[in-house]
Amino acid sequence: MNYRMICRFTGRILLVEAVFMLPALVISLVANEKKAVLGFVLSIAMIFIVSLSLILVGRNSKRIFLAREGLVCVAVSWIVMSLLGSFPFYFSGEIPEFIDAFFETVSGFTTTGASILSDIESMSDGLLYWRSFTHWLGGMGVLVFVLAIANSSKDSDGYTMHLLRAESPGPNVGKLVPKMKKTAEILYLMYILLTLLNIVFLLIGGMPPLDAVCTAFGTAGTGGFGIKNDSIAGYSPYIQNVCTIFMILFGVNFSCYFFIILKQFRNIFKDEELRMYVGLIVASVTLISINIASYYDTIEETIRHAAFQVASIITTTGYATTDFDLWPSFSKTILLCLMLIGACAGSTAGGFKCGRALLIIKNMKRRVKKTLHPNKVQVVRMNNQAVDENVLSTANAYLAAYVIIMVVSVLIVSLDGFSMTTNITSVVATFNNIGPGLEAVGPVCNYGDFSILSKLVLIVDMLAGRLEIFPILILLSSHTWKYK
Amino acid sequence: MKIIIAGDGKIGATLTRQLSQEGYDITLIDSNNKVLEASEERYDIMSVQGNCASMDVLEQAGVREAELLIAVAGDDEVNLLCCMTAHGINSKIHTIARIRNPEYTKQIYEMREIFALSLSINPEKQTAVEIDRLLKYPGFLKRDTFVKGRVEIVELQVVEGMKICDMALSEISNIAKCKILVCAVLRNGKVVTPGGNFILEAGDRIFVTATAKNLTILLKNLGIITHKIKKVMICGGGRVSFYLAEQLINSGITVKIIENDYDRCILLSKLLPDANIIFGDATNEFLLDSEGISECDALVTTTGVDEMNMIISLYGKSCGVLKVITKLGRLENNNIINNLSLGSTISPKQLCCNTIVRYVRALKNQEGGAVSVHSIADGQAEAIEFIVDDNTINCDRPLREIHVKKNILIVCITHGFKTEIPNGDSVFRKGDIVVVVTNGEKIIYQLNDIFE
Repeated sequence: MNYRMICRFTGRILLVEAVFMLPALVISLVANEKKAVLGFVLSIAMIFIVSLSLILVGRNSKRIFLAREGLVCVAVSWIVMSLLGSFPFYFSGEIPEFIDAFFETVSGFTTTGASILSDIESMSDGLLYWRSFTHWLGGMGVLVFVLAIANSSKDSDGYTMHLLRAESPGPNVGKLVPKMKKTAEILYLMYILLTLLNIVFLLIGGMPPLDAVCTAFGTAGTGGFGIKNDSIAGYSPYIQNVCTIFMILFGVNFSCYFFIILKQFRNIFKDEELRMYVGLIVASVTLISINIASYYDTIEETIRHAAFQVASIITTTGYATTDFDLWPSFSKTILLCLMLIGACAGSTAGGFKCGRALLIIKNMKRRVKKTLHPNKVQVVRMNNQAVDENVLSTANAYLAAYVIIMVVSVLIVSLDGFSMTTNITSVVATFNNIGPGLEAVGPVCNYGDFSILSKLVLIVDMLAGRLEIFPILILLSSHTWKYK
Repeated sequence: MKIIIAGDGKIGATLTRQLSQEGYDITLIDSNNKVLEASEERYDIMSVQGNCASMDVLEQAGVREAELLIAVAGDDEVNLLCCMTAHGINSKIHTIARIRNPEYTKQIYEMREIFALSLSINPEKQTAVEIDRLLKYPGFLKRDTFVKGRVEIVELQVVEGMKICDMALSEISNIAKCKILVCAVLRNGKVVTPGGNFILEAGDRIFVTATAKNLTILLKNLGIITHKIKKVMICGGGRVSFYLAEQLINSGITVKIIENDYDRCILLSKLLPDANIIFGDATNEFLLDSEGISECDALVTTTGVDEMNMIISLYGKSCGVLKVITKLGRLENNNIINNLSLGSTISPKQLCCNTIVRYVRALKNQEGGAVSVHSIADGQAEAIEFIVDDNTINCDRPLREIHVKKNILIVCITHGFKTEIPNGDSVFRKGDIVVVVTNGEKIIYQLNDIFE
């Protein structure tokens, strides 16, 4: 195990984190929030020191960096980054319990958006900004960012592939262009452009600048930290619709946007995963609209709320314009199903991913046919290309890990004595990086009442969900740490 | 610069390593997903699975934006078709194809015209030429030629009892009685850029720059006795052996080829009527003895299996053959092999890669770029030839005043017809040809890159 190299990488990531805290500090200074300023200054100084000492330790690292190091590096750096990222909340005293601050930050970086705060509006501007910014950074991935700004080509051998694979969601991660640095740059460029576009549209709708920026960050990372107690419900219908559209856009595989740049539009329309994603959205909105028609006055309002909630849940964002916990159970069940499926691979969204679901369904169909014709030979195809058996078996293993982790988590969380629905949806909502669940963790409630044990379990779930399970499992495997 | 490499075999993989480390955008094409995955895990590249001659696959690999296509797939015909197709899609693309069928070798210049190839490479032919050059001066382990053949960097093994053993470098020119420069020393598998008081030890492999006409004097004065080679035994009857035998016979050397495939023997005897073709297993010591291995001047092992070549070469050495050359297809630059004292080793894929890398660098720097690049000292150092032009800084200044980066040496300056091994007073002017040796840590694209 190449510990020094991992130290160096983690150090670099923390450096990036410290730099990104500066805007939040400036906002706090401008708004004259003394406690928040103190919190940020202390945190930035501490992160800086830790980061420099890690880089110092790793300066003469060997260049051997294999899959094991890549996965461990991603998992470790996410945990350390979340730990140190929670300092501003803790030092400023705005979240007095450290475990709560940690929960909030993990929830931010993993783009979950599950909050322990009951009164969000009482928080200072700088911390609100930082809280939303964690979504933005966590959405595309901070390691991808480090790869984009890495300077020399010598620094990016093939090992960067392991980092991209471990951090980017999806069953089959590939590069857009031959050079990793360029790939990371393109990804971030598209990400920044879309975010800016989102901010502009929100500003046009008359949203205050800080609100617009924070909301756009939450949308872009498909996170879902609002800066109002009622999430997006208080804003105008125009703003709600802008959010709906952008949430859906950020749930699309970013390689589709790259195809637009390349002007290969045919590839976009042919994309089976995208078709499934759009199909799911249209079908769910229609069914829910019919089901909840009697709850709202106009058809426009019905469809707006249905579309917003569907977009928010399927992209695992977690904004809300209405308390969907009050909806009829058919609609709630549809939303629960969407929670489990999630959006497209290669987007900023969490969840199981449409692409992976599609693969598993296709594999299942093949199994059925093979039972009827034992000698049948069939290759699973996706987007008109044969899928490697290795990818299929990984998807199946992923499903198994996904279910087992969920069951174990629900079991532990249920010790707190909440209702069955609360227990299940709290795990589903954090594991899939959504945020709000149903009943006691519904859109108008929060996670503050859970015990420390449950919060720890949910923190692990959030990290496992964001990093697609395996990096976290590898961190726990003894084979990683010992020569076996 | 975007480069497509079609074929992820031995040469493809070596090229990928070299070119991706030099910072080019590489896309690899191969039909085998397994090798592609392995390459993608090791190097910063992209890969496309499929038939490299198919338009779809080439389009996917981005042939429209690529500047260079290197076709090194298994078959000559596929390589040609791949280059033609790429050229059809993108008429500006440069194409390099590996063509190694002996039947095509005769017509290679016409084929380059017809198929619009920028360069064709034939690793086996190149290997044969290289072995032939080594056999001309059997005292050297390797030879690299610069400035149109007028300057050479030769590799010598320092052994116990040699005059230069345990001697400081500054004293060597007194013994050699001609101007030479030791530009690199390979000790225990590591390359060292030596200073004047560096003391040579037995086991070192040294790289010496000298003018071509001084080579014989050098060998004589250093006490390395060389016989002219008249009888050569070649084990293995593959393509390298064929090309080599053809050349050797042309220069009047007796050639004996041992090959264990009967049909191949028949074919060789048709193609090479003057060679002595023996049907048998070259690993059989009795056969080698009865064919007179101890009487021949040189043994060349070119079978397809590296391990077999090594064993036969070691046996040859033990029988007292003076010059042994071993072809290694896979295991080049390996520390363990260097310790076996196999004599000269030669790696077709490394030769072939050097040629291509040279072409790529020339393409990147149309002006001021390297004229030629040779990788020496097991690939740990590079010798690069430049022409001094208008843009070169530090012209007309004595070398002792110029600050050259660490681990870089100027080993030779050629003014017109005069070639000089430089000292502190030497200067270079516009139009001169300069050879530089670096330990390869920094990539040198232009002559100006060597200065601080």
